[in-house]
Amino acid sequence: MVARVQVPANARRGDVIAVRIAIQHPMETGFRYDLRGKLLPKNVINSLVCRYNGTEIFRAEMGSGIAANPSLQFYTVAADSGELHFEWVDDRGVRGEERARLVVSG
Amino acid sequence: MSCVRKRWCWGLLLAGCMVAAMGADNGPRQRSGVDYASEYIRTMQADDFSNPGMLWVTRGEKLWNASDGRTGKSCAGCHQDARSSMKGVATRYPLQDRDSGKLLNLEARINQCRQVRQGAEPYRYESDELLGLTAYVAHQSRGLPLAVRIDDSNREHYLRGRATYNRRQGQMNLACVNCHEQNAGRRLLAETISEGHGNAYPIYRLEWQSTGSLHRRLRSCYFGIRAQLPAYGSDELLELELFLAQRARGLAVETPGVRR
Repeated sequence: MVARVQVPANARRGDVIAVRIAIQHPMETGFRYDLRGKLLPKNVINSLVCRYNGTEIFRAEMGSGIAANPSLQFYTVAADSGELHFEWVDDRGVRGEERARLVVSG
Repeated sequence: MSCVRKRWCWGLLLAGCMVAAMGADNGPRQRSGVDYASEYIRTMQADDFSNPGMLWVTRGEKLWNASDGRTGKSCAGCHQDARSSMKGVATRYPLQDRDSGKLLNLEARINQCRQVRQGAEPYRYESDELLGLTAYVAHQSRGLPLAVRIDDSNREHYLRGRATYNRRQGQMNLACVNCHEQNAGRRLLAETISEGHGNAYPIYRLEWQSTGSLHRRLRSCYFGIRAQLPAYGSDELLELELFLAQRARGLAVETPGVRR
């Protein structure tokens, strides 16, 4: 699974920063049929976690109402320089992860 | 008598104009499809993070640097940094291949490179891998004007593409020109008909919830007019692609575009 993470290039300690992640995923709803009339099994990213230097700061539980290639945005307070680590899993059990480096000054 | 002759002359002039418009290589109007899109879609395309097509560009970048095939070479192994080596390349496609004499679009060139230089299996048309690499290569030309050249080597392909563009077909008996030139800018139910330029491909289309090639989009048009769908990568679509590239000459590459 391909994903893209966006964090500010530079942040000052105490700043409220926006963190964005986009993941390529079909987010199959479980309500659609293929061309042969067979029901397509539900397959969505059901859980996504973001850890900031090991501490969980964001968690999302998604269902069939989220469009394909989900794009999420949340806010956090810049504390220390370090790593944002995203992990997610879909209904088939396929896991994905992505890391982003955050530089905090001051 | 003179009145009749005058009317006849006007008719002739009008017919002349229509023929000129239909045969014209570059119409006077040239607006990218994004200009016909809603503000929401334009914003989505303009922001590199909101643009979901960038996910395929990212995939392409990874593939560019990954070794593959019998030779174990990667794209970067020969072409080095795509940001400089692939800049402007997409503006020249589809291109007449000197060795095989075939008309190649970007997808076909990537697959040819895979087979001949990497010794790898060609990617399937519309696979995430082929779309990713195509999007990544075309993305390096973003902002540059399309610059396909028609000369003796590819004129026959071009003329056949132009004939396809002007040919009525399907149960709806419509040609490309009927919508995308004679009715461009007008409404087709909820849609505004664009001029049908291919300067943003591969595009992320909200209807597809995915990125797709120009050939997929052309096949959608064929489906819409209820005509027989040509195969992906077929001569008919390649020649049409060449004509469209010439028709869109000067328009800036937008890859990856976002459309409804």
